[in-house]
Amino acid sequence: MSKVNIKIEGVAYQVEAGMTILEAAKACGYEIPSLCAFNHGECNVGSCRVCLVEATGARGLVASCVYPVAEGMEIRISSPKAVEARRRSVELLLSNHNKNCQQCEKNGKCELLHVATITGAKEDKYTGVQSETHLDQLAPALVRDTSKCVLCGRCIARCSNAHGLGILGFENRGFRTFVSPAENRSFANSPCIQCGQCVNVCPTGALMEKSEITKVDAALKSGKHVVIQAAPAVRAALGEEFGYPVGTPVTGKMIAAMRRLGFERVYDVNFGADLTIMEEGTELLHRLTEGGTLPMITSCSPGWVNYAEYNYGDLLPHLSSCKSPHQMQGAIIKSYWAEQKGYDPKDVFVVSVMPCIAKKFEKEREQEKVNGIPDVDAVITTRELARMIKRAGIMFNRLPDEEWDADIMGDYSGAGVIFGVTGGVMEAALRTVYYKLTGKEHEQIVFEAVRGHDAGIREASIDINGTVVNVAIASGMKSAKVLLDEIREGTSKYQFIEIMGCPGGCINGGGQPYVRSCFLPNEADDILDTYKEKRAQALYSEDERQTVRQSHNNPQIIELYEKFLGEPNSHKAHELLHTSYAARERFR
Amino acid sequence: MAKLNEKAVQTILEICGRYKNEKTPLMMILSDIQNEYGYIPLEVQEIVSQETGISVAEIYGVVTFYSFFSLTPKGKYVIGCCLGTACYVKGAQQVIDKFSEILKIKPGETTEDGLFTLDALRCIGACGIAPAVSINGTVYPKMSVGDVPKIVADYKAKEA
Repeated sequence: MSKVNIKIEGVAYQVEAGMTILEAAKACGYEIPSLCAFNHGECNVGSCRVCLVEATGARGLVASCVYPVAEGMEIRISSPKAVEARRRSVELLLSNHNKNCQQCEKNGKCELLHVATITGAKEDKYTGVQSETHLDQLAPALVRDTSKCVLCGRCIARCSNAHGLGILGFENRGFRTFVSPAENRSFANSPCIQCGQCVNVCPTGALMEKSEITKVDAALKSGKHVVIQAAPAVRAALGEEFGYPVGTPVTGKMIAAMRRLGFERVYDVNFGADLTIMEEGTELLHRLTEGGTLPMITSCSPGWVNYAEYNYGDLLPHLSSCKSPHQMQGAIIKSYWAEQKGYDPKDVFVVSVMPCIAKKFEKEREQEKVNGIPDVDAVITTRELARMIKRAGIMFNRLPDEEWDADIMGDYSGAGVIFGVTGGVMEAALRTVYYKLTGKEHEQIVFEAVRGHDAGIREASIDINGTVVNVAIASGMKSAKVLLDEIREGTSKYQFIEIMGCPGGCINGGGQPYVRSCFLPNEADDILDTYKEKRAQALYSEDERQTVRQSHNNPQIIELYEKFLGEPNSHKAHELLHTSYAARERFR
Repeated sequence: MAKLNEKAVQTILEICGRYKNEKTPLMMILSDIQNEYGYIPLEVQEIVSQETGISVAEIYGVVTFYSFFSLTPKGKYVIGCCLGTACYVKGAQQVIDKFSEILKIKPGETTEDGLFTLDALRCIGACGIAPAVSINGTVYPKMSVGDVPKIVADYKAKEA
């Protein structure tokens, strides 16, 4: 890389050629307030004008997020002209913004409020006509409120980059511009997979998960038996909401907090994950030995299932018929557990804490009900759980580490934990499938080839008693599409494929804490590049700490089959733990 | 959602095919479709999306950005009233208001019988003959409010 000499506020620096002023300034220790620029130019349109600076060789002020450094350039960030211009830009954004900040769930994590504070912008500096706004709260998973939108375009970029989907776009022009699915449709009536990647990158409250906290409050008040269960990926990220370094597992404190919120039972969805492996592993064995549809594809990720139903209706027989772990566990809570407690399933209310917003959609599916009773009644995200904990005045950091309730499903294996990261379901399944086919455990517990923490495709071949099983893993629909098109063309060489909706898997789900440098002052500058790996590591280390590493060795799973379900894929298991899919029209 | 007939699908595929080797074919494809059918509904945008790999939302954004493109069918006669600066100071607003009054539609709308669409245009480059009105390519120079009823009546008579 060639270097160029620049000066910032009169001090000389050498920086890499080709950098934008914003990046160069950061390398030299200056954080220029910015809004639309995001993640190494993932979104870089220079539209918000918040990052204006003075630079020699340029006409007037320049947007530092798009203007490249040049040899000899002198940059002024704190000149009165630049400071005033940045303040004005923010004041203009505020003049057309719905400023009901107290009611906004983004409060505390709002980047517009952040840059307003830093630039000293006044909220009522300019008054005038407001753009017409649009509110979409029809979809179960997410809400779009254009009265909060700053037209930065991050959501549009993320949907295309992660999934190649491009659900969102700019509509109309000038003052009437807003961000929306085509035809200003609801997410519910467009081929949106409701994964929430757009929610994760939105700087304001324009895109948010649809909160179900009030639903949980009502259930707790109603006298029902309210059970809460948390997915593996939640423990790897919840700590971030309470000031822990990214990648700190906070399992014990999370359990303690949920118990203090008043839930009758606090269960780990890892048990459901182990159950999924028993069912899915058995299903794979059947397909391998009895000539079923191959490759079989995992079905744990509801974002991915949505994508399949919208875009690959012809390939639905490839999907495992297994419900996702929290749905399976919900069904068991409302049958096995309720039966043991002598409760009517109708009086049991199951809350899932998920790193995912598509789970909010999934739980509403007709195919996810047993005798008309939904497996899961409410889904809250990692972020919503943090809000509930803060609202209750619980000092998270001072909580003791507690254990999961262990009456019928407290045990879990290390295999269940790693479901939260891309490749995890595959690894967990391989541990069990190997055992089922050979009668002995694989000498290596860890299948390194399938591990990862990012989007893209990984593949591996495992020799099981002379039979070679080819597997592939993809996360993010852009990667998944490559594998799916191979199946469609008949060129796929795999027997088993794991697909997760979000790039990196659940650790990077649409319900996880927002990762923003400006709100994580103690993290390294490159936190946007490393947070997925750090969260994944938190899960892998929990797997290593478990004495039981394989789902089929979980004693309470064995007991559940002996006492209640019979065999994996039994009639009863099918009734409770399996589901079906149907192709959907893209624009209804 | 309404389904397109086979012939329309073939025509749209053919139009997309014309620009296979273009780096940025979208504007050309949309222009041809607009000229062929007079509008570009979502069903058509879906086919264009499939053929070009450009997302439906982005195509929709382009269609709603440029006033030349339309999402709804235009009338047989498209009355374009220029509201550019020169025409405006010469009374174009009164002219378009008169068309509105007689046809009982607002600018951007089409009459129920599908005969007329009224469009407000920005400078059509005919400032010397302001205020100018263009109907299906025929330019009417130095329009006055008094000219409007006869023009509408003439077109209606043609159809009677």
